[in-house]
Amino acid sequence: MSTKFNAADKTERLLNLVICLLYTRKPLSKAKIRDAVPQYGSSASDEAFDRMFERDKDELRELGIPLVTEPYDILFDDEPGYRIDRREYALPEISFAPDELAVLGLASRAWTQASLAGPAAQALRKLEAAGVERDDSSLIGIVPMVRTVEPAFEAVKDAVLARTAMAFTYRTAGTSQVATRHVQPWAIASWHGHWYLTGFDTDRQASRVFRLDRIRGEVAIEGKPASYEVPEGHQPSAMIRSVAVAREPQPAALQVRVGAGHSLRRQAYATEAVDDSWSLIIVDFTDLEAFAAEICSFGPDVVVQGPADLRQSVISRLTGALGPEPGGPGHLSDGRITHGANR
Amino acid sequence: MSVKKQPAQRNSGQASRGAQPSESATARLSRLLTMVPWLLNRQGVEIEEAAREFAVTPAQVEADLALLFLCGTPGGYHGDLIEAEWESGRVYLANADTINRPLRLGVNEALALIVGLRALAAVPGIGERDAVVRALAKLESATGSTSAGTSRIQVLIDEESGTETLARARQALAARRRVHLRYLVPGRDESTERDVDPMRLINFDAHWYLEGWCHRAEDVRLFRLDRIETLAILDEDGTPPVTAEPRELDSGVFTPHADDQLVRLALGPGALWVSEYYPIESMQRTPDGGAIIDLRTADTAWLRRLMWQLGPHATVLEPAELGREVRSGAREALNAYGAPAGSTRASR
Repeated sequence: MSTKFNAADKTERLLNLVICLLYTRKPLSKAKIRDAVPQYGSSASDEAFDRMFERDKDELRELGIPLVTEPYDILFDDEPGYRIDRREYALPEISFAPDELAVLGLASRAWTQASLAGPAAQALRKLEAAGVERDDSSLIGIVPMVRTVEPAFEAVKDAVLARTAMAFTYRTAGTSQVATRHVQPWAIASWHGHWYLTGFDTDRQASRVFRLDRIRGEVAIEGKPASYEVPEGHQPSAMIRSVAVAREPQPAALQVRVGAGHSLRRQAYATEAVDDSWSLIIVDFTDLEAFAAEICSFGPDVVVQGPADLRQSVISRLTGALGPEPGGPGHLSDGRITHGANR
Repeated sequence: MSVKKQPAQRNSGQASRGAQPSESATARLSRLLTMVPWLLNRQGVEIEEAAREFAVTPAQVEADLALLFLCGTPGGYHGDLIEAEWESGRVYLANADTINRPLRLGVNEALALIVGLRALAAVPGIGERDAVVRALAKLESATGSTSAGTSRIQVLIDEESGTETLARARQALAARRRVHLRYLVPGRDESTERDVDPMRLINFDAHWYLEGWCHRAEDVRLFRLDRIETLAILDEDGTPPVTAEPRELDSGVFTPHADDQLVRLALGPGALWVSEYYPIESMQRTPDGGAIIDLRTADTAWLRRLMWQLGPHATVLEPAELGREVRSGAREALNAYGAPAGSTRASR
């Protein structure tokens, strides 16, 4: 079995195993399974078969196939038997009306940009396997789309679902400081183009909100699933909104070339002419790095008058744009413009 | 190879042909377990349609059928094996009763649909709320404990700014009326006027976009609602031309064309998000944790702005002209600060 690995042979073996275990009414012993699934017949030895069967069992369970272990003979209950409970296996008979399938289609397509695109499409196929065709014609043209560009999304989502504590390196908003945080995750929510995590920070002994795109590197799982409780009635939306709004905006003074910087001008609450070619505007911002990145995108058309740390961040970025630093990437954050960051 | 044969003649060699080499055995198994009930309920369906539904090539569907043909209940005799016939280009499947129901939804599958439906229900003014609520109730009861944690994964859609524009755009869409926009083009930092025939409204990355036929560009365009300075509904029919096709959003809101200019960028680790944010042609990871990416664009103004924004995290490799523009713009901007404009590096 350790000779040539052939994925098609393995699929064939797994499929035969699934069919065999669904087909049987009584649990089957390993020996019976070895006889029943032809691809096991060719295993070199008992040990090789055992190893292969153990791995196959694990992989079927990972797919969500309810493979159960039961004593196959009440007289010899030390010998395990295996079967798949058909009622547990099969999707319950649900019949969806065509308009319900249409909105399910929309819900599924909302994830086409996200890491859940595969499961979303597969779920829809399962529901449609029953034979009902969806009716897209009735839908008005409103389409929500979700994205998950944050590398930490999958790990954090799984930790939220399983309720496992985790640790990660995190950059605090508006700074370039990073620190290791230990968190019992409660919920995640996508809001204004970002995924946020709510949870209990065990170092600070307080609830906290984290933005997933500020998590650096790998997320480490700490402890067992279901090892803590999520507060009853936890509303991530309320917590995220309150934190996001609570950040104190501060004013920036910008010199903007006439006929340019339209999006900045729209946010300005004070504008005055400096001369024929320049205006001075006052705009509020919250995230310094994100706002510096936005200003840089206007190139020579916007000049920061103050505050000094914003001015310095813009100068560093522009200096960086002159050419690659010999020592590799600098200390700046990623520079992604968060759309509407200075909302 | 689709005719019925004795079990002894069914050999695995044929099943491996056409299989995607990178696909894992379990991923393929998962597709097969869904494909069987799907096909059983659609006897005579064309191979091409099955391929579209399962997002694989027709050759892959044939390879899958050839593999199914080798499987069946214990015994391995003729009557035990799954029967598959597809020589005519249409698929007929039989003797697969043990797997005639799809596997119940997995956690991520249930999650995607349930969270998606809840987000849909929150879309302001959606007309299908009733269908959403019904579908959600059925799905939740069918998935039971699998969907238990899904309430802790949320997609929040709120209107905030642009509520008025959204309401007016929806009104124009429903009444099939043309609109006149004053629109801010952020990539070029300019305000423009244009007539648009609305096609649909999309909520994407927390922004609402109006997609429509733009009479100025004579093409389909996306307009971000919060960049629309004014939206006036015109007293004119707004049915888009029959040739107007909704854009594929699969690669984001930018749609590159094959004849656009090729741009090659070197990204540091801090700018890797660019490769996910914009549609790219190819990507090669570099040892420093960054990447070299190729993308196509008709207009390089937005790229210049992106490069200024990325600062030290990205460099233009090609075209050289764009690299020069980025450097000279950055130098000009720095002059305004009286900062030493990197004199040692800027001489190139």
